[in-house]
Amino acid sequence: MENWLPIFVAAPLGMAFLNLLVTKVFRHVSSYLTMAVVIFLLWLSIRFFGEQPFYYAMGGWMPPLGITLVWDSLSQLLVLIVSIITLAVTLFALPYMQQYTAQSKFYSLYLLMIAGMYGVILTGDFFNLFVFLEIASLASYALVAFGVEAEELEASFKYLVLGGVSSTIILLGIALLYSATGTLNMADMAGILAQGGPKNLIFFIFALFIMGFGLKSAMVPFHAWLPDAHPSAPAPISAMLSGLIIKALGIYCVARIFFIILGIVPIVKTVLMVLGGLSMVIGVFLAVGQWDFKRLLAYHSISQMGYVMVGIGLATPLGILGGLFHLLNHAVFKSLLFLCSGAFEYSTGTRQLKQLGGLMKKMPWTGTSCSIAALSISGIPPFNGFWSKLIIIIALLQAEYYLLGAVTVFVSFMTLISFVKVQKYSLFGSLPKKFQDIKEVPVLMVTGMVILALLCVGLGLLYPFYGQAILESARNLMVEPYQYLQYAMP
Amino acid sequence: MEGMTFIVKTTTKLLIGIIFLFGIYITFYGHLTPGGGFAGGIMLACGMILMTLAFGKRMSLGKLSDFYASLLDNLGAFTFWTIAMLGYIGGYFFMNFIEKSNPFGLLSSGTILTINIAIGVKVFASVFAVFMALTIFGRFVSGLISEDED
Repeated sequence: MENWLPIFVAAPLGMAFLNLLVTKVFRHVSSYLTMAVVIFLLWLSIRFFGEQPFYYAMGGWMPPLGITLVWDSLSQLLVLIVSIITLAVTLFALPYMQQYTAQSKFYSLYLLMIAGMYGVILTGDFFNLFVFLEIASLASYALVAFGVEAEELEASFKYLVLGGVSSTIILLGIALLYSATGTLNMADMAGILAQGGPKNLIFFIFALFIMGFGLKSAMVPFHAWLPDAHPSAPAPISAMLSGLIIKALGIYCVARIFFIILGIVPIVKTVLMVLGGLSMVIGVFLAVGQWDFKRLLAYHSISQMGYVMVGIGLATPLGILGGLFHLLNHAVFKSLLFLCSGAFEYSTGTRQLKQLGGLMKKMPWTGTSCSIAALSISGIPPFNGFWSKLIIIIALLQAEYYLLGAVTVFVSFMTLISFVKVQKYSLFGSLPKKFQDIKEVPVLMVTGMVILALLCVGLGLLYPFYGQAILESARNLMVEPYQYLQYAMP
Repeated sequence: MEGMTFIVKTTTKLLIGIIFLFGIYITFYGHLTPGGGFAGGIMLACGMILMTLAFGKRMSLGKLSDFYASLLDNLGAFTFWTIAMLGYIGGYFFMNFIEKSNPFGLLSSGTILTINIAIGVKVFASVFAVFMALTIFGRFVSGLISEDED
């Protein structure tokens, strides 16, 4: 019995509460405690990567009655992404959050958010999924409002209302699934549904989940909260929200529930692809005109999540591989871009692109990282974004979706335009007089950004070395979902 | 004089003990009857809120200050986690490691009683702390009104 699995949830959850107790006596230790947990979890996720899939019965209660945690290839992929990005973001947050008061509360909420994400990724039980989804969402509502300015509170309220709606709808879907199958255990439910369930009810549940998880992952008709919520949060939280939350709570749940539990059907594939295509196009058109750096990045998140959705919705082996690869890449470069925007704000006090300029000379490390991330997201070879977009486009053409393939290329081109604008106005051009004596950001912030920048290059070039182990095994699980029944149940 | 009228204060004095007792009862018998840590904690917090409404904020903050409310809140959550981790040391996360016997008795359910108490403390302290946090805004407005009256 592998006893280490619940530590992924238990360690951040326990530290979130211990942190607040300890900081009542010893102030200023919360960041170090958080750092220790994050490093420990990264070690754990690397140490046990590639283990055989298994389930862990919480409290010794065997499934289908008890709650299970399941360690399989899809969870491993997401756990690895979360661990790596969290490490970089925490490194960045240590100096950055010195600007704010109540740091211990920040780190507690941050750890709760991490615990919620790990829980969503690892759980094998539907109601438990909802609980962890709410833990992660509620922590992120509070973190968006952490600056407590008028704009941030408004964004947080909007996020809270729409997030609450989506959670309610997901809960309704889970309740209907429970009534249809009489079980909450995912593997048990998949087994019952594979023998044939009530078709009409299943379609209704698909519709509920598309709306619920579509809201969580900000697909286009449901995207209204994202451009407010993501820029308003402190930069490390923006990076976490855009890099991880919309993936762990949105796309991952779609992949897990639609493909592995319910079994994908053609009409749902079409809906996912239409939503993804709309997100790509509308997101990028809204992004091109933005002058607020973080808001521009938030619109690009919508657009890039469209790519992931198109790849996954295509449901061919190559398409799913491209979608998962783009999910990994987007987590890396979008977190990096948000961290860079935070670094610019840290040094210059503004994130309006028109007021910036020439920062490459003053902040070479940040500037280079930002440049690498911008090239990655626009799909310039040899950076990682290029390869995943290429795979998605090839998959679309193989499946004879020529129009969508052309749209994908066009959106990639528009992304390039908007990031050329970003680089021209922030990194190059003339340095405004008032920024003559700004300095490079502290070394820990630079470390966090450089780790992600190296990943941007490495993930693209080193795919032959890690692709088989990380991405293709997750893809194989999604293509052959009946594997899940073999190890998630006794 | 802070707070509400004499009638409200007297009624509150009579009721407050019973409300607390009932909250504690619901918390402790959560494993046998409907209720549990959350419901009991809410009742305890409602008792404190009633006290705040009747006697004013200073009185209830004197009984349980915001610092100790926050401390109890974290302590409750941390105790809950500790019980889960004790089970983990015994074999599984959240395992019920205390001996279970004597059906329908108070001490029949192993760790569930301790978990209920931890949740009760946490919910009591955090709901009270949230209520007190909301009254921060009230103080500023009432200050303005009294200035106008002067």
